[in-house]
Amino acid sequence: MKVLVTVKEVATVDDEFEIDGVRIDDRFLGADLNEWDDYAIEEAVQLGEAGIADEVVTVTIGPEDAEQTIRQGLAKGADRAIRIWDDTLAEADLLDVEAKTEILSAVVAEEEPDLVLTGVQADDDGFGATGVALAESIDYGWAAVVNELDLDAEAEVASVHRELEGGVEELVEVDMPAVLTIQTGINEPRYASLRGIRQAQRKELAHHTLEELGLDESAVEGDLRLTSMYEPESESEATVFEGSPEETAGQLAELLREEGVAP
Amino acid sequence: MSDVLVVAEGRNGELREVSFELLTAGRELADAAGGELHVAVVTGPVADHAAELNREGVDAIHTVDAGEEFNHDVYVQAIEGLYDAVEPGYVLAPNSVNGLDYAPAVATGLDLALVTDVVDLELGDALVATREMYGGKVETTVEAPVDHTLVTIRGGEWPPAEGEGSATIAAADVEIDEGAITSTVTGYEEVAGGDVDIADAEVLVSVGRGIEDEDNLELIFELAEAMGATVSSSRPIVDNGWLPPNRQVGQSGKVVTPEVYIAVGISGAVQHVAGMKGAENIVAINTDPNAPIMDIADYAIYDDLFDVVPALTAEFGG
Repeated sequence: MKVLVTVKEVATVDDEFEIDGVRIDDRFLGADLNEWDDYAIEEAVQLGEAGIADEVVTVTIGPEDAEQTIRQGLAKGADRAIRIWDDTLAEADLLDVEAKTEILSAVVAEEEPDLVLTGVQADDDGFGATGVALAESIDYGWAAVVNELDLDAEAEVASVHRELEGGVEELVEVDMPAVLTIQTGINEPRYASLRGIRQAQRKELAHHTLEELGLDESAVEGDLRLTSMYEPESESEATVFEGSPEETAGQLAELLREEGVAP
Repeated sequence: MSDVLVVAEGRNGELREVSFELLTAGRELADAAGGELHVAVVTGPVADHAAELNREGVDAIHTVDAGEEFNHDVYVQAIEGLYDAVEPGYVLAPNSVNGLDYAPAVATGLDLALVTDVVDLELGDALVATREMYGGKVETTVEAPVDHTLVTIRGGEWPPAEGEGSATIAAADVEIDEGAITSTVTGYEEVAGGDVDIADAEVLVSVGRGIEDEDNLELIFELAEAMGATVSSSRPIVDNGWLPPNRQVGQSGKVVTPEVYIAVGISGAVQHVAGMKGAENIVAINTDPNAPIMDIADYAIYDDLFDVVPALTAEFGG
């Protein structure tokens, strides 16, 4: 069984930041592996270790700078990685799920995985739609917000739990091949070992352009446009306790005693 | 002139609150677009749901009686069928776990633009959707096309529709192809059981990502013990396996309404706030004065929890 994991490098934002137009000023941005994708990689690697997956491949739409993040996935145990990028993509804002879906569909057509794992959502734009849109596009079964996966090597269905609201899980059997969007907490993502990091340097990280995937500019022409970005106005009406930790703790303790909830 | 089709959400025979919020959002958009508000009721006790959804401003309710519980393949087929019949300009769905299990597939199948987790909508020369990015650090406006757009809305952002309606209610002429169903729901499980019920606690000391390390949880338990409180947490603590799921406050955990909720090192993501905004008094201890938790805090200390928590424990003789 071949498992394809979609991996995104997301921008992280400092506590204090400035906005430049419709984006956050680069000076206040960092980069990291999307938290949800870390769990998806771990789930795939565990399938490999259990002898269920023969190969784990990651795919990323991102610039060369993202290779450090992609190598993290390889260091944790993925077998090889694919990175899609070119000048056309560099110009696009990729807000649309449709664009990502079209690109990833082309990768699926090339790789023919039995199982695709994505994160539920990305830390940055939080759209939460790529996995299910991809499944529909490639005619795979799917399940969104999966927090438990039970799968046999020859299985025709994947048994999963979907995490609903309010502490309830839905138990569902999904026909394979399938796309599952992975929720945080499904496993405990490992830290890459030193050996893993060394091995990752020798693993294949292939770069493809849209043209090589048989796509052109129309694939990234989106329907959506980001038109403004701003800091939400603070609606805080909190009474702020000020002073040293001892002083603020003292004021809070007094409040709690007044409320009759502390000794 | 464009009509709006909203998709209601039920579970276990009950409509979820977001269904009524969708009616409000849908009516506003239909007014702006000069069209009618249609409602899709798919699966569950559809006649009961339809009667309950017949509120002021709803023009037509379409029922699809196709099973007791949610199945995304049924939803996709039903909504696509209704879309062809009603020909709405816009489809509105909840940004819920189930909404995210069908809405992207519907948008892909019908070739609609998709905007998710929207907190405000305005229609002018374009459809302007307001949504957050970077976990709520910024808000953005996104322009989507006039017509041919599917929007999922965040719960709790629109008031629920009220008043008695005079909608037409009819079974939709939609066939569900059983052969195209690729998943089967086999059951449900409650996960938040266990020895401690945080929903019963009068005072919760709730810990979040700011605690940094599992070993530091001791500070939180010492405080809780000193003041006779119960320890709860935000999602990352449970994801890390540092506390069991029955301690988790939030959308996917428990909803709590204690007298006092002390949020320690919790930023206040919307999913967390959904589980504790009903607390009588909310105290936030966080180094970041801009953290979203401050928007709903009644009392705040902008300082390092590693200094404040031990000092507070000492206040109570701990």
